[in-house]
Amino acid sequence: MTHNPIRTQKIAFFLLFLATLLIVVPVGLIVVIIIVKGLPAINWQFLTDMPRQGMRAGGIFPAIVGTIYLVLGAIIFALPIGLLAAIYLSEYAKENYLTRIIKLAIVNLAGVPSVVYGLFGLALFVVFFKFGASILSGSLTLGIMILPIIITTSREALESVPQSFREVSLSLGASKWQTIRHTVLPNAIGGIITGTILGIGRAAGETAPILFTVAAFYLPRLPQSIFDQAMALPYHLYTISTQVPNVDEKVRYGTALVLMVLVLFMNLIAIVIRYRFRKKKKW
Amino acid sequence: MRKIKEFIIENLILICGLASIFFVVLIFLFLLKEGLSVFKIVSPLNFLFGKSWYPISEPPQLGILPLILGSMMVTAGAAIISIPIGVACAVYIAEIAPPKIKEPLKAGIELLAAIPSVVLGFIGMVTLVPWVKQLFNLPTGLTALSGSIMLAFMAMPTIVSIAEDALYSVPKSYKEGAFALGATHWQTIKRVILPASSSGILAAVMLGIGRVIGETMAVMMITGNSAVIPHSILIPIRTLTATIAAEMGEAVVGSEHYFALFAIGIVLFVISFAINVTADLFLHKKQ
Repeated sequence: MTHNPIRTQKIAFFLLFLATLLIVVPVGLIVVIIIVKGLPAINWQFLTDMPRQGMRAGGIFPAIVGTIYLVLGAIIFALPIGLLAAIYLSEYAKENYLTRIIKLAIVNLAGVPSVVYGLFGLALFVVFFKFGASILSGSLTLGIMILPIIITTSREALESVPQSFREVSLSLGASKWQTIRHTVLPNAIGGIITGTILGIGRAAGETAPILFTVAAFYLPRLPQSIFDQAMALPYHLYTISTQVPNVDEKVRYGTALVLMVLVLFMNLIAIVIRYRFRKKKKW
Repeated sequence: MRKIKEFIIENLILICGLASIFFVVLIFLFLLKEGLSVFKIVSPLNFLFGKSWYPISEPPQLGILPLILGSMMVTAGAAIISIPIGVACAVYIAEIAPPKIKEPLKAGIELLAAIPSVVLGFIGMVTLVPWVKQLFNLPTGLTALSGSIMLAFMAMPTIVSIAEDALYSVPKSYKEGAFALGATHWQTIKRVILPASSSGILAAVMLGIGRVIGETMAVMMITGNSAVIPHSILIPIRTLTATIAAEMGEAVVGSEHYFALFAIGIVLFVISFAINVTADLFLHKKQ
């Protein structure tokens, strides 16, 4: 048998293509199945009604509201800290040991398993600070979890602003902070918004960090304050698919669809914004 | 006045810059604070290698070996599936895919990374689990194998995107050199590009595995949650993460069970820390 490099290449490329299909096709199938089976459940009542009959009927309104509160709380906490941390890394940090440790800490924060965040939130916010299982505890836990996403994307955005912009501003007599405030930040705003939205998407979809810090199994009313428990979409999907027997298939798929659309929509917005700002860039 | 304002702002920036270190240390300290108490009633060795996990029997038996083995089995299965497919897909995207479909492909795979794990768990329950049950004629489809397949899909986006970065960053001159010597595209990929990007690909694989070990919801929903020492991939198992998620709701704050679950948290934290630090070293080696 003679060795034919061209034929080997054809076979190899075909296998690589097959591997790609093995990822893409199931992803497409997952999305299509959820849309097709979930869509019939979606109507105005499903989105705006309280769950009834032990969550076997009615809507998912409190879970949607709970998720919105949690995500807002997480962003209010994480965006200022994350943005300032990104400014530190991009504008102030020198190439030294401390910077290296900060970057390593960010990588580790991003890699901590989500259920460990749940434990941490339970120990620190629920038990130690005595916030109880509440929107406050859940938001803070989610906020720390999305911090690395916001820091990393904002830092990339800040660093992509050309050095000459800063030099011009400084040479006109502006201080370092004025330069950051009026020159660097406005030019990096696209990337910062992208990071924020990606953080929102992540916080909206996570279940494990809210299991012990806020999530209520069945609470057919809206939370009154940040010290209340709340229902949340991902936890609601978990309970109706594993904890409550005889839930209509349609309700499960409907809930999964709402959650998936919410998260994917956030990601889509982030992608569009990133694309727009890249196109607008004049440098 | 302006000086004072800037002084405050710049110090605030420095404090926030250090926040990541602060939070990593805080997480570890609070896990230790709650978790170490368990070693008053069970020695670290018996905790890690004890064969029975009956946290609410009297006295409680707190050995997490079945859970460690459960995690290892699901992780190994997911690695076997996701590493070859993930790396192959990364090569396809970086080297072979026509420019027109390259970006949509990458976006599609990022999409997979964004789907919440509880949604994937749900979809696994209603599609994959019955399928595995039927295929192998089992009493239940909630098995380690189902978990491995589902987790492989959660590891792949990480593997593909980091490996693709590594492949893409191989200098063009390497490729041109190989072409000039008469090598085919495939020979160039196999002999030049893959070896040149090996440390980045290794990092991609490690981070993918890190994601699998830490994954909680999907694995809890489809592996059947039975805390026994696994002897086959076709039986229900239980992982470290699922144990915490499933049992913490019932554990009384300050009980032995509560401490033991935090001690499992310490184990998970240490594993993910080790994986991330090593992967980071590999990623920096290439530069």
